[in-house]
Amino acid sequence: MLEASEVETFDAAAVNSARVRQPLYAARKKIFPKRAEGRFRRFKWIVMAITLGIYYLTPWLRWNRGPYAPDQGVLIDLANRRFYFFPIEIWPQEFYFVAGLLIMAGFGLFLVTSTVGRAWCGYTCPQTVWVDLFLVVERAVEGDRNARIKLDSAPWSASKLFKRVSKHAIWLMIAVATGGAWIFYFADAPTLLRNLVTGQAPAVAYITVAILTGTTYVFGGLMREQVCTYMCPWPRIQAAMLDENSLTVTYNDWRGEPRTRHAKKAAAAGQAVGDCVDCNACVAVCPMGIDIRDGQQLECITCALCIDACDAVMDKIGKDRGLIAYATLAEYQSNMALATMDGTAPIDPRRVHDASGKLSDKISTFHLRKLLRPRTLIYLGAWSLVGLVLIYALLTRERLQVNVLADRNPQFVVLSDGSIRNGYTVKLLNMIPEPRTIIVTLQGLPGAEMSVVGMDHVADRSFAVEVEPDRLKTIKVYVRQPRENIAGPSQHFTFEVKDKASPEQDHYTATFDAPDFSK
Amino acid sequence: MSDKHIDEFSGVSTTGHEWDGIRELDNPMPRWWLIIYYATIVWAVLYMIAYPAWPLVRESTRGLLGYSSRSEMRAELAAANAAKANYIAAIGSKSVKEILADDKLRTFAAAAGAAAFKVNCVQCHGSGAQGSPSYPNLNDDDWLWGGSPEAIQQTITHGIRYAEDPNTRTSEMPSFSGLLQPKEIIQVAAFVASLSNKAEGASAADIAAGKEIFAQNCASCHGDNGKGNREFGAPNLTDAIWLYGSTPAAIAAQVRSPRHGVMPAWGVRLGDTTVKELTVYVHSLGGGE
Repeated sequence: MLEASEVETFDAAAVNSARVRQPLYAARKKIFPKRAEGRFRRFKWIVMAITLGIYYLTPWLRWNRGPYAPDQGVLIDLANRRFYFFPIEIWPQEFYFVAGLLIMAGFGLFLVTSTVGRAWCGYTCPQTVWVDLFLVVERAVEGDRNARIKLDSAPWSASKLFKRVSKHAIWLMIAVATGGAWIFYFADAPTLLRNLVTGQAPAVAYITVAILTGTTYVFGGLMREQVCTYMCPWPRIQAAMLDENSLTVTYNDWRGEPRTRHAKKAAAAGQAVGDCVDCNACVAVCPMGIDIRDGQQLECITCALCIDACDAVMDKIGKDRGLIAYATLAEYQSNMALATMDGTAPIDPRRVHDASGKLSDKISTFHLRKLLRPRTLIYLGAWSLVGLVLIYALLTRERLQVNVLADRNPQFVVLSDGSIRNGYTVKLLNMIPEPRTIIVTLQGLPGAEMSVVGMDHVADRSFAVEVEPDRLKTIKVYVRQPRENIAGPSQHFTFEVKDKASPEQDHYTATFDAPDFSK
Repeated sequence: MSDKHIDEFSGVSTTGHEWDGIRELDNPMPRWWLIIYYATIVWAVLYMIAYPAWPLVRESTRGLLGYSSRSEMRAELAAANAAKANYIAAIGSKSVKEILADDKLRTFAAAAGAAAFKVNCVQCHGSGAQGSPSYPNLNDDDWLWGGSPEAIQQTITHGIRYAEDPNTRTSEMPSFSGLLQPKEIIQVAAFVASLSNKAEGASAADIAAGKEIFAQNCASCHGDNGKGNREFGAPNLTDAIWLYGSTPAAIAAQVRSPRHGVMPAWGVRLGDTTVKELTVYVHSLGGGE
């Protein structure tokens, strides 16, 4: 076990300190985050592998849909206006599924933020994930924090030039791969890759890759934390999402203050000594360039790397972990009240420690029960409700639909034998990737018969029509009713459509107009 | 403002402007803002060189890229015409019957015909081809000169009673006001109305007398049964469709001094292809034979 004074300290000052605001027009001060190690870092590696894996590999997954539809698992086919997601195929008019997913994403973000704070920012936001990836490259090429600071201030030399060029070259390669992966979601991936390499892909593919390469390189390599601090609206909105029971990365100053590097000396002098040894490890690892010990601040993306850094130090000096930890405002305030005797005295960590130097059992800690509170339950309920509605809609949606437009000009035609004819534009939607024979039948309207433009068959009350896979078929249908059967100027009847091979069917209630014979 | 004033709170120099003791800080412009500002100036200069920009007396400067919205539209029209070229050529070389048999060609021709109809035909026949009194409804199944594709094409090409076209369809119903007594005209009108059960209020004697008169004067064109004759454009008098009215009075008026519709010949004006498209459209309105 080390003494506090033996802990390695870092010459790290918060670049984006809450106490010294950077003016907007000043050049950015560089941040050199040190590599952190610990459980949160491990968790972040896993999240990074999963999210990047999903992003880069998804377009290459195949899904057999038969000969009439593409075999790419996830495909946004803009040219044909279809969206494929494994067994699900979405037509443009079914875009509400996507809207529903976006609503779920919104409620999900509220739920996550109200329970565990800005977990989205800290773990899964693409900006965070790619910056992490770019930092891996930077460390591999230029070394860890101290080496990078040294390199940055060193005069230009062949070695510095080589390192800088290789770093930016690798960044650009990652950026090209990132921009490249994006376009595969919009076309058959293997074909597009071949065309892309041989220079035969459409210009829009190259332009998209170029733009996304640019944004990835600039945001991930050059702008980094500035994107979160200055460009992203979420840090501003999050304040409304957090409450006193939301977990967030917190410096527990009720046990850390007064901080000192010379704990023994101070203790010997009878001063209060906090757990914080002021080693600045938390500042050195912070990718946002802040000092978490200044309290909650807009820049903090709650990546929890400071927790890892601090826990390692606490382990070394034999103190309880969690000087920096996920904590709620409620427990923080209750512990703070304990350490300051309800605010009547300065912080004295002795009030929250027992005689052996361990934390006393009077301090409040987080309990999972606190996750269940009206706010989170309402978010969870709304999220689940939208999800269930979407699943219900997905399972019961029609894959055979009929829409009918009645001719309005003229509304009806008097034929030579006195019978009345109405014209209808009937649209048959075959929403599966298989050709189907659809039987259209007239229900109601006694004595009436249909005839179809371009179809050589006698007028009848039913006819069959072939519809191509995954297509809309538009047919012009004339319905003719004898004079003696006409029961009024406006009669309702039904077009019934049935799949010949399956029980699927749909119907549309239309109106048959006739002159008002009663007048 | 010669004396430089430094704001003591922020340490930033001021512009020297002062209102009631309030001074304006002279902060430097944000760098990113300045960069974008200069970039827009560069862009504007390049744009003026590349694109039409400066108005001159007759036209504007052309720009190095030679862009113009007219040439862009011309190119788009050319592309659209190129896309249609195959269909147009097929319509030109095939007969209307063949066009009707080809699903895709028929759909294309009907759409093109509908567009031509909206420009050339709606003035008389109405926007829905529903006609109006004295102008025939093209949706129904009653045709004065025939509703087969060939007959419709012939009518559109050469018109009806159109003096400038030697091949125009022509016929004339004579005025019977000098040939028949006024009472006879009433009687024959009652008979004609009775053919489609519209002779309400007419006496059976009048109708019987009218039948005689009809057989002597009218049957040669309208047929013994009053079914009409398309050879002469003589209308069927037994059906529910009446161009000039179905009441005995309206029929009598037509017998006394007949009205004759005139339709221009469109063959020369629109050309063969457009006439075929119009034929397909009119034939597809539901009454085509």
